[in-house]
Amino acid sequence: MTAESAPAPAAPAGAAEPRHGLRIFLIWLVLSAIVDPIIWFVWGPHLPPGAMSDTAASQQVDITVMAVMSAPVILFVLIYFIYALITWRQKPGDEEDGPPIHGNARISATWIIGTAVIVLGLFVYGTVELIVPAGAGAGEGNTPIWRPSGGTPLQVQVIAQQWRFTYRYPQFGGFETTDLVLPVGREVQFNVTSLDVIHSFWAIQLAVKADANPQLNNVAYTKTLHTGSFTVRCSELCGLWHGAMFDTGRVLSVAGFQAWATRTEAQLAALTRQLPPYALTYDANSVKQLGKAFHQAGLFGAGGNYYGSQYPVSP
Amino acid sequence: MSLPVRVATLLVAFVAVVGGAVFVVVHYLLGGPPVEDFTVGHVAGQPVNIVMQTDASSSPTAVPDHPTWVSYFIKNPQTGAWVHTTLFKVPANTRVNMTILGYDGSTPIRNQVWGHVTGTIGGVAYYGGKPVTTVNGWNGPYLIQHTFAIPSIGLNVPVEAGPGTCLNGPCTSNAHSTTTFSFMTPSHSGVFRWQCFIPCGLSFLYGNGGPMSTIGYMGGNMEVVG
Repeated sequence: MTAESAPAPAAPAGAAEPRHGLRIFLIWLVLSAIVDPIIWFVWGPHLPPGAMSDTAASQQVDITVMAVMSAPVILFVLIYFIYALITWRQKPGDEEDGPPIHGNARISATWIIGTAVIVLGLFVYGTVELIVPAGAGAGEGNTPIWRPSGGTPLQVQVIAQQWRFTYRYPQFGGFETTDLVLPVGREVQFNVTSLDVIHSFWAIQLAVKADANPQLNNVAYTKTLHTGSFTVRCSELCGLWHGAMFDTGRVLSVAGFQAWATRTEAQLAALTRQLPPYALTYDANSVKQLGKAFHQAGLFGAGGNYYGSQYPVSP
Repeated sequence: MSLPVRVATLLVAFVAVVGGAVFVVVHYLLGGPPVEDFTVGHVAGQPVNIVMQTDASSSPTAVPDHPTWVSYFIKNPQTGAWVHTTLFKVPANTRVNMTILGYDGSTPIRNQVWGHVTGTIGGVAYYGGKPVTTVNGWNGPYLIQHTFAIPSIGLNVPVEAGPGTCLNGPCTSNAHSTTTFSFMTPSHSGVFRWQCFIPCGLSFLYGNGGPMSTIGYMGGNMEVVG
């Protein structure tokens, strides 16, 4: 395009100027036709975060689409760059400037329309992809806009604290454990909260990521598709042991999960009786036992800073 | 500016930069609490006995940096002296018999799940010889002061509250609680962090700053040597 309106300055007078634009276009078309199928069929299925859940699979497709769309753009830039280096290299003794291309309406229009189509297309595609898998695995706050349709999701509460995640299962008596175990083929609703500072729950291969805020509930959805293990990491810098705040979750068969949940519920029955009633947040003002314990211990003001005004807060 | 002045300025700037870098490396990267080595003289197959203590605060002589902070101490296996550190080295695949002397008072537990004993041999800990598996940290009189937890091996033990509070650690003659338990070290080498899960840093936001966020006080590393 630019090449057609910017003929080589060093071309000999009277010689027919090749159709550089057409050459570049054809080279670009052939390479794009080769590279894009390779990305889609060969590279795409191996891109993170995999396909362990519907949100992960959706994100994998999105990243693949982005790669397929961006590859021709990158190819065009590289092809033009290399073509220009070869074709329009300055000849020895040639001190002449190239012709100005200011005011070329065709180039301007092509540039504006092309970029607008790409950006708006990605905007629409991204918005649809955010809605379809019920929020795409992201935290949607306490009142999620997008919910999965049909069936009752498995409720799993993620409780973050410095420096460990624990998980509570309200549909199984409300037991709390350090193990995150899920059944395959089931919608899961994560209710994410924190007992202290801001953390972030990131189940990498499930493509679920939700901030864990104290005194707030943050909801994220996913549907497990395959059995296996996945990594959970805190993705919000949260203090000394932030880098060690990770563990491994498991997706089991339905029968395997049921057996694990039933067994764990029984094993932790004594502990569960001492836990506060299941709630979406656990600050000292809303958990009766905790508030009472702090009050009796003289640790007033526990709802905010945990320790009261008799202990001035240090920086 | 004359040449000698320029050269002198350059040298001063160079020395300042290098000096600053050396200070950072020595003070922050190479500094820190000592490591108590329980592998010296260890006979394969024999257990390792570790004794620690918790103190509400310490003497300025023992802990000059932050004597007002709550802290663990470890008894040196060779000399028997109390050392202000939370770093210790143990052999792999070895039974550790841990004794924690509690010279601190009680603190309500933030998350009751840490009142549950996990990862010990037999799934049990002992308060003064009495077995416990789950301790209610919210019912007064409060039974727990801190926890000793190594998350990556699933170990968590709530430490019994002491009958009093010793403010001049390391303490030897005051009344104290005694929490004992045993666990197996991993079969492979590595560094395993341990920490207290009760936010006990008085004067810090949510009780989690200061001693909770500084190695040498309420958290540290267990280095396992294969």
